[in-house]
Amino acid sequence: MTEQPQYSGGFQNAPIQAARAFRAAMTVMARPGEIRELNGSRPPDPLSIAAGTLLLTLCDPETKVHLAGAVNTDAAREWLTFHTGAPLAQAADADFAVGRWAELGSLGTYRIGTAEYPDRSATLIVECDELQQAGAELSGPGIKGTAQLFLPDVPALQANAALYPLGCDFFFTSGDRVAALPRSTRISMET
Amino acid sequence: MNEYNFAYLDEQTKRMIRRAILKGLAVPGYQVPFASREMPMPYGWGTGGVQVSAATLTPKDTLKVIDQGADDTTNAVSIRKFFENTAGVETTEETEKATVIQTRHRIPEAKLREDQIIVYQVPIPEPLRFLEPRETETRKMHSLEEYGLMHVKLYEDISQHGAISTAYAYPVYVSDRYVMDPSPIPKFDNPKLEMDAIQLFGAGREQRIYAIPPHTKVVSLDFEDYPFEATKAEHCCDLCGAEDSYLDEVIMDDAGNRMFVCSDTDYCRSRREAGHMGRLAGENAA
Repeated sequence: MTEQPQYSGGFQNAPIQAARAFRAAMTVMARPGEIRELNGSRPPDPLSIAAGTLLLTLCDPETKVHLAGAVNTDAAREWLTFHTGAPLAQAADADFAVGRWAELGSLGTYRIGTAEYPDRSATLIVECDELQQAGAELSGPGIKGTAQLFLPDVPALQANAALYPLGCDFFFTSGDRVAALPRSTRISMET
Repeated sequence: MNEYNFAYLDEQTKRMIRRAILKGLAVPGYQVPFASREMPMPYGWGTGGVQVSAATLTPKDTLKVIDQGADDTTNAVSIRKFFENTAGVETTEETEKATVIQTRHRIPEAKLREDQIIVYQVPIPEPLRFLEPRETETRKMHSLEEYGLMHVKLYEDISQHGAISTAYAYPVYVSDRYVMDPSPIPKFDNPKLEMDAIQLFGAGREQRIYAIPPHTKVVSLDFEDYPFEATKAEHCCDLCGAEDSYLDEVIMDDAGNRMFVCSDTDYCRSRREAGHMGRLAGENAA
């Protein structure tokens, strides 16, 4: 038999695994700076387990997905299409985008919502080498006092936060770990 | 194949609701539209809360459902049974033991923890709806942060009654941006809206989901000279003697006798078990 990797690596028990995965995703989005384990899928390289699990949990034929740079491979496209049915899209139309920070390109390309519907904005899944609770200082909703999280590009993310209530929201993924940064978080550089 | 999918809803519906919850958490207090489904219960019985709970529950959760503070009313019992049957989750009446709490019109007296989630059933999510019936207009008012009308309403309360007479569904200002309806909780509960737990709000008929992350600034609207007051009946609980809990007034007979009891039945029960006694404790209250 020829290997057909696009058919494997999905949830074995979708209702249960998606529920657990969503709980982790919701927890990090509600508590910026916190890091949680997120697993259940085995996506093709170079997608991380956490990013693949987020895609399976949140994407379906109703969401446009942009695969940026190195994750935009035949294997990843086929895997995503087979397991979620999500249509692929350019950055400007995407509901979800996945890739490394440098390959996702300028944040200005992505949808930031409208004044009356700020929810109609893109969610970016940023693949990172590692997640660290050190670096930029975060404050705002979901954070008691302040929290620390390493961010790929503080000025760009500060500019995104300044658009509030518009703006993109972010998941940071590395291996089977996830953190998040909603647009509502205020960011300052640690001195 | 005669079992329900985990937590009743199909997976695509849950994904849609989950996406709405995440956007709601990212923009605290903003009402995210969602494609509310028909549920096996009438609108007004918590269809929004049930859908949000269904999208949030995991098999390991322990669910508590309260209706006006009580665990043993029809609405609470029905929803608890619904999730026992469709999600197979543990249920409890104890606030302490619950990981997910679905509530209609109260916040439990016990302080909620970091690892808990509270889901509110919301009838009318739009705080401006009774002032401006058009959705197109209220959306615009939220987008422009134009909340003068709400202050006029509170001012008219004062000019007519000498105080802000709004006693429940008291509007709040979330994270310095959105005016939000906290669902018809008594204003006594408003100060608790700044809590450690994640708060999710679901309005089924009106098809809106909104959220408040933990530790989010939530301010009850007021005026400098008429500050917000969290009021309750000026009594103690007649069963457990609690002075700090929200009370229900119960008419006892035709002669006008009445008693006050904690609206939070679990709080009252745990206090009585700990030996606290109220005025009528020990009497046959029937």
